[in-house]
Amino acid sequence: MPDVVTLSVNGRTVSVEPGCTVAAAIARAGAVAFRRSVAGEPRAPLCGMGICFECRVTIDEQPYARSCQIVCREGMDVRTDD
Amino acid sequence: MCERMTDRVSSCDVLIIGGGPAGLAAAVAARASAARVAIVDDNPGLGGQIWRGEERTPTTPEATEWLRRVRAAGVEFISGARIYDQPADGLLLAETDGGGVIALDYGKLILAAGARERFLPFPGWTLPGVAGAGGLQALVKGGLPIEGRRVVVAGTGPLLLAVAAYLRKRGARVLLIAEQAPREKLLAFGLGLWRSPGKILQAIGLKRQLAGVPLRMGCWPVAAGGDDRLQRVRLRQGDRAWDVECDYLACGFHLLPNTELAVHLGCAVRDGAVQVDELQQTTRPGIYCAGESTGIGGLDVSLIEGQIAGFAATDQPGKARALFAEHARQQRFADLLNQTFVLREELRSLPTANTLVCRCEDISFARLRDQPSWRAAKLHTRCGMGPCQGRICGGAIEFLLGWPAESVRPPVFPVKVGSLLFDHGERRGEDATR
Amino acid sequence: MTFDAAIVGGGIVGAACALEAAQSGLRVVVIEPGVIGGGATAAGMGHIVVMDDSEAQFALTNYSQEIWRELAPGLPREIEYEECGTLWVAADDEEMDEVRRKQLFYEARGVSVEVLDAAALAEAEPNLRPGLAGGLRVPRDGVVYPPCAAMHFLAQAQALGVELRQGRAAVELSDRGVRLADGEFISAGATVNATGSWAPELTPGIDVQKRKGHLLITDRHPGFVRHQLIELGYLKSAHSISADSVAFNAQPRKTGQVLIGSSRQYGSNDPKVEAAMLRRMLARAAEYMPGIAGLSALRAWTGFRAATPDKLPLIGLCPGHDRLYLATGHEGLGITTSMGTAKLLVDQLLGRDSRIPAAPYRPDRKSEEATHA
Repeated sequence: MPDVVTLSVNGRTVSVEPGCTVAAAIARAGAVAFRRSVAGEPRAPLCGMGICFECRVTIDEQPYARSCQIVCREGMDVRTDD
Repeated sequence: MCERMTDRVSSCDVLIIGGGPAGLAAAVAARASAARVAIVDDNPGLGGQIWRGEERTPTTPEATEWLRRVRAAGVEFISGARIYDQPADGLLLAETDGGGVIALDYGKLILAAGARERFLPFPGWTLPGVAGAGGLQALVKGGLPIEGRRVVVAGTGPLLLAVAAYLRKRGARVLLIAEQAPREKLLAFGLGLWRSPGKILQAIGLKRQLAGVPLRMGCWPVAAGGDDRLQRVRLRQGDRAWDVECDYLACGFHLLPNTELAVHLGCAVRDGAVQVDELQQTTRPGIYCAGESTGIGGLDVSLIEGQIAGFAATDQPGKARALFAEHARQQRFADLLNQTFVLREELRSLPTANTLVCRCEDISFARLRDQPSWRAAKLHTRCGMGPCQGRICGGAIEFLLGWPAESVRPPVFPVKVGSLLFDHGERRGEDATR
Repeated sequence: MTFDAAIVGGGIVGAACALEAAQSGLRVVVIEPGVIGGGATAAGMGHIVVMDDSEAQFALTNYSQEIWRELAPGLPREIEYEECGTLWVAADDEEMDEVRRKQLFYEARGVSVEVLDAAALAEAEPNLRPGLAGGLRVPRDGVVYPPCAAMHFLAQAQALGVELRQGRAAVELSDRGVRLADGEFISAGATVNATGSWAPELTPGIDVQKRKGHLLITDRHPGFVRHQLIELGYLKSAHSISADSVAFNAQPRKTGQVLIGSSRQYGSNDPKVEAAMLRRMLARAAEYMPGIAGLSALRAWTGFRAATPDKLPLIGLCPGHDRLYLATGHEGLGITTSMGTAKLLVDQLLGRDSRIPAAPYRPDRKSEEATHA
């Protein structure tokens, strides 16, 4: 197992240790808003366990991925609504 | 054709939904027979919420031991998969993170779906930086940087102390813990602990880890403020209200049993918890339920209930019955705990007219409070109709407006339309032999 | 107190009738045991559509759509009225013949339409599968969010003095009024049964059947679907009166969500979502729009349409009665035709002439199978 995983968050390269969630990688990349609400408010993870859907982001062009439940993989392209 | 066959079939005698303490204990107990046992969980790893990440970074000997026993017992673990439908008796469908679908063919089912935090809406609670108490802990376990960050831990329940201790150990500056329960109740609870010496040791251990962190009782957050992210929390204690500058607010109001799947399967629910008999069997024969889904009881109750369910589901009733006395003893502690952390009346006035209650659809409290019922609110405001399916706003609304939770419409969890195209029935026999 | 009219049923038909009656000066009470707009009104798609199955169906849908379009500028935002247009999708040459037949029908009656060839169809709806023959665009058709529409009409009616008895069920309807389950008798000059597919339970003997339908809504995927899309294969399947059928039907909601239908079943009273029927319905949708499989599904549900043998609603005096009226049998078109229904019904209550002939919808009409034009 490699000791570091590199991915892209909003075009910015981030390296994290294996097992790190996408939500954590987004925070490390300095993004505050994970998604914009229906009314345009910035939102970030609330429940941390995959049920509130506030952590949803686009991963490899798939919208609505729950970043708190998904572990970072090498080369992932993550987009937030920041 | 558009109808698809499942990507994978898993057959077992006992299928356990949830890899937390109850699920782990159930798996070990069930494997004491010759039964083939599988655990399926939405999370990437075993351990559930309380033991999240323990396999990767062991910190709790008890967790390490149970995880070791499960691994040694030869239990299949299907991770990153959530159940969304039961197309036929004895068959569940789960969608994986990769978008694949697994058909789970089982003999007996043990639901160990755990609990979630209850959230209460207050002005600013939707700001980034406001998370659940368990929520922030889970995020930090997943790698969220917390070192040096200023954190206020607030809400109610024993989880607050555990979360504060954990965050502190990971380098957070825990500024204070605000527990809404009044001092008198907490003192009475403390006295009650003398009947459970083990709990005292846990409490003392936590106290040592939290030395220097103020614990304010009868204190709760009334507002969160900041531009586009959390910068301060307004707390209230008695007549006094003041602001605390912070980076994170970890705030949860005790726990709510996860009952959606049980309801979907036709199991009866009473007072918000799955109804079970002394062998943990639900009102649906062959479907058992253990742990927090049967009522909030904490770790020890979950481990015992899990074992009882595991034994009962595999025709080992003697071993199950041997645990009844300990179950009853632990249950008394759980009852005491739930009485202690009852929500105080003042919390009903936390949301103002403009406070959003439904975060999926951005529905304010003002739009909800005049509705006659949950169903009317859903139809006329779309509250609870977003992807969380009411799991977040439901517990708040039950407390604020007194509407009991409504059943979740299928799918029991949002999935891709494609996952609903799976043709299982006719090909089931063929699948099972592959 | 005695009312001029007691309207039983707080769906969109009952709400529209109440508003029209109140605007005409009548004293009205509405009785609804559950949630306003909580029956077929909540279960349906909310398509505002001009139909061409028969002259009578055209007349009522066209009249109704005109009313919707007049009201549109004043409708509150939450009703989500939007003229997205309907696009009838033709898969092959045979269905293109149907496109041209429809074109002639609509144009002869003053409804502007546009025939799309394969390329134009692909441009109009890029997520449809390649290789379809074309389609017919009816630009003035639209969509609304029905529960809020029903609530809006009822609230307007209440502002004009209409009384609402909510949470109380009617158990007996007669020429003299309505008996409620709790024993209260509401005396009225006219009683109106507007309870959709439940109408025969209160007025036995009328020919209205429950026709179950499934729908599914997705998360927000703005732009994925642009028009209300309906396959013309519909004609080969859905019009069969007895067999269960599915058809591709997709609707863009103003929220960006996609509503996917449709299924039709007779003989089921169970509101449970049936996995096999849902799968058939979604598979049909995915045949037309393969990308639908990748959308996030939030919720599926069912509802019961009130179906009549000739596919026309029952509007007017109930046979054998002199003051009991019916306003039911709207099948899958009730959101559209609620507007015209309210006009026709109140015209009859007041002895006024109607803008369109009322005879085809009278409950005492000689029931004939609708002939395909």
